[in-house]
Amino acid sequence: MLLQINEPTSRSNKNDVAIGIDLGTTNSVVAVVKNGQSLVLRDEQGSGLIPSVVAYGDDGSIVVGNEARHELLSNPQIVVSSIKRLMGRGISDIKSLVGTLPFELGIAADGGMVRLKVSGKTLTPVEVSADILLAIKARAENALGSVKSAVITVPAYFDDAARNATKDAAKLAGIKVLRLINEPTAAALAYGLDNHVEGLYAIYDFGGGTFDISLLHMERGVFQVRATGGDVALGGDDLDHSIAEVFLSERTKLFGNETITSTEAKQVLSIGRMAKECLSINSCGDWVIKINDKSSRHYLDLKTFESLITNIVERTISICRGVIIDAGISVKEIKGVVLVGGCTRVPLIRRRVSEFFECNPLVDINPDEVVAVGAAMQAYALTAGSSTLLLDVTPLSLGIETMGGIVERVIPRNTPIPVAMAQEFTTYQNNQDSMLIHVVQGEREMVEQCRSLASFVLSGIPQMVAGRARICVTFVVDADGLLTVSAKEKITGIEQEVSVKPSYGLTEDEMTRMLRDSLEHAREDIKVRLFAEAKVEAIRSLLAVRAALVADGDLLSIDEKSQIHNALESVESAIRDGVIEILQTTVATLEDKTKIFAIRRINRGIHKRFD
Amino acid sequence: MNDLYKLNSDVSCCWSCKGPVIKHALFCPTCDVIQPPSDIDHFVRLGICRCYVLDLSELDRQYFHFQRLLHPDKFVCHTSKEQILSQAQVTVLNEAYETLKNPLKRAYYLLRLSGCVDIDLITKTTNSDLLMEIMEIHELLNDADTVDEIKVIEDQINAKMILCETSLEKAFVKENLDIAVELTTRLKYFKKLFEESSSRKIYITGINI
Repeated sequence: MLLQINEPTSRSNKNDVAIGIDLGTTNSVVAVVKNGQSLVLRDEQGSGLIPSVVAYGDDGSIVVGNEARHELLSNPQIVVSSIKRLMGRGISDIKSLVGTLPFELGIAADGGMVRLKVSGKTLTPVEVSADILLAIKARAENALGSVKSAVITVPAYFDDAARNATKDAAKLAGIKVLRLINEPTAAALAYGLDNHVEGLYAIYDFGGGTFDISLLHMERGVFQVRATGGDVALGGDDLDHSIAEVFLSERTKLFGNETITSTEAKQVLSIGRMAKECLSINSCGDWVIKINDKSSRHYLDLKTFESLITNIVERTISICRGVIIDAGISVKEIKGVVLVGGCTRVPLIRRRVSEFFECNPLVDINPDEVVAVGAAMQAYALTAGSSTLLLDVTPLSLGIETMGGIVERVIPRNTPIPVAMAQEFTTYQNNQDSMLIHVVQGEREMVEQCRSLASFVLSGIPQMVAGRARICVTFVVDADGLLTVSAKEKITGIEQEVSVKPSYGLTEDEMTRMLRDSLEHAREDIKVRLFAEAKVEAIRSLLAVRAALVADGDLLSIDEKSQIHNALESVESAIRDGVIEILQTTVATLEDKTKIFAIRRINRGIHKRFD
Repeated sequence: MNDLYKLNSDVSCCWSCKGPVIKHALFCPTCDVIQPPSDIDHFVRLGICRCYVLDLSELDRQYFHFQRLLHPDKFVCHTSKEQILSQAQVTVLNEAYETLKNPLKRAYYLLRLSGCVDIDLITKTTNSDLLMEIMEIHELLNDADTVDEIKVIEDQINAKMILCETSLEKAFVKENLDIAVELTTRLKYFKKLFEESSSRKIYITGINI
């Protein structure tokens, strides 16, 4: 009897399209790679931008994008914008932003992530982001059919809490995150793969709410991030804000002190944004602000605008300088600089960047769309396979609190990920039976100047003299940049592990509740996901057994062979039928039927080694 | 029969197809599935010969070669077990690369491979000549007020570090561990000075803005 061999079953499902999403502070963009071409998905007017703005109607309606942005002027109290600035933030993190964020903020009972109060609802930033992602997904599905997975970009300087919050938002929106990648890295991918740029490049990414600078080395499909830096609380919003402040102080001169509601503040801020956009093309302009039926006209020319924002621009340049020193290189070694983000249209920023990097910046790809294009390329590479290699780093140092509130670094910034590092600590007092492990992120020496990520207690340390115990704390950062920490007492082997989430994240319970509330077909979704996972596992078993049959099939009797073939066929038909329980049973049977085969193969392998 | 392969440490069993796998193999020769990382030294892991002075471009080439095979991005559509193994493989690969890329860490590592323990302790110096040398440069740094002045000092430190590295190569070749420890100690102190000069540079440019 001749053995029958099937085509190897493909591991990825070719019908599912994977998209790239740039979930921005001001605007979001979605792109896809189709027939080898990257494509930004646009609306009927040809715009690729989806304003990251959500309007929550009193009737429970949710509107995202341009329509919601129009509401900002007429009905601002129901509108949420710039939500990205609150991702993974606690109330104490955003005190400095309170003036610039026109929301009513609520505090979570457990001191977790901030809550917003809009149209009688209390929302977390994760839910608002999920609503934006749902709109993005709808646009993609409109153009491409079913979309289940995506690469989503985050600022390189996003900390652990903000990354987790982004992943949670995707989960709520029913999107499987193939990978979180850093925005500047995505932009580099778009340039490196499309324009065949090679060498050491700087990516200057000045978006709506965040500033990032990354140094990348690109060579023959390898994208290696050398160093990264930035400020998550510095963005185009701050430029709008400085214009709005001037306009408001002009009004004070005209009408005396006015009390301004948060609604009116939003209006003035969006006029500030319009002025900024206008002055990126024109040399002057004027705008009218109408509050309490009192109108005022405000004139602004380019020169005055530039003097207003000089401080902000210089701050970005000094961050660039720090990163270059950090990487141990000189400006002359940098071959070019790529501009990303809408703010890089501001003439002063272009001028300063080219002065500082001593070269003309690259802007061939639309700075608003380049990140989404890079994300789409990576989504394609991850699902269809490619020789591109993306090697990223941790943006911020990770450490734990030691005596006196001093931070002991466990993983320094700019370490390639994934990474695992361990450090030993000991007890401070005699017979100390527990230890507080407080995980922090940041570059400063003192705990209170860094960002607290999580804390947990390692208890059950046996009674010992101070300094005797050996507590080994291990930090693991995965390919998405997410951290897990575990602690182990070496003498007794007591161990505890946390996926770093609690401080400003959502608890598992909250996530479960939100998933239940928000997904109409939550149950089916989970079923589909579980089957998909079981299917991938089953395909692996099929491939493994088939390969083994090809290599060592002669070790089996005809009867044994046909039993294994029957088992293989049952697995295949169970994959087609789509019933998870049957699939699991058939896989178990296959494993059972191949046990003897495995033993014979091992023995043959050993004899081959000895002969 | 079942226990036979346990006697031979050279061959282990593929977790997926249960077939024989030579220890240290990254993938199963039969079913091509990724295997857990084995306990090998950094030089073997990166496929380069064990010596102190390395061709850094070869190190990069080897690192990228293994990354292309093992990186978690290549396993996004695979089973979660394979994803975990890929992460484990690349974690140790990154550790090997970071250690060998850095001249000081490489020296530490070679000392450890040669059987030295407690390297932090043995590389603490009581050598007053070295301490004087360090103190002098330290004071120069503190007095420097411009980036250009610091660059001059940095060049001095750099030259000293390069000298250390060439001598270290000889010491390791001759297996003269005492001298290697001494040179590693020197390198460690100069490296610290270099880091100080970098932060001094950031501090000074910060003021000038």
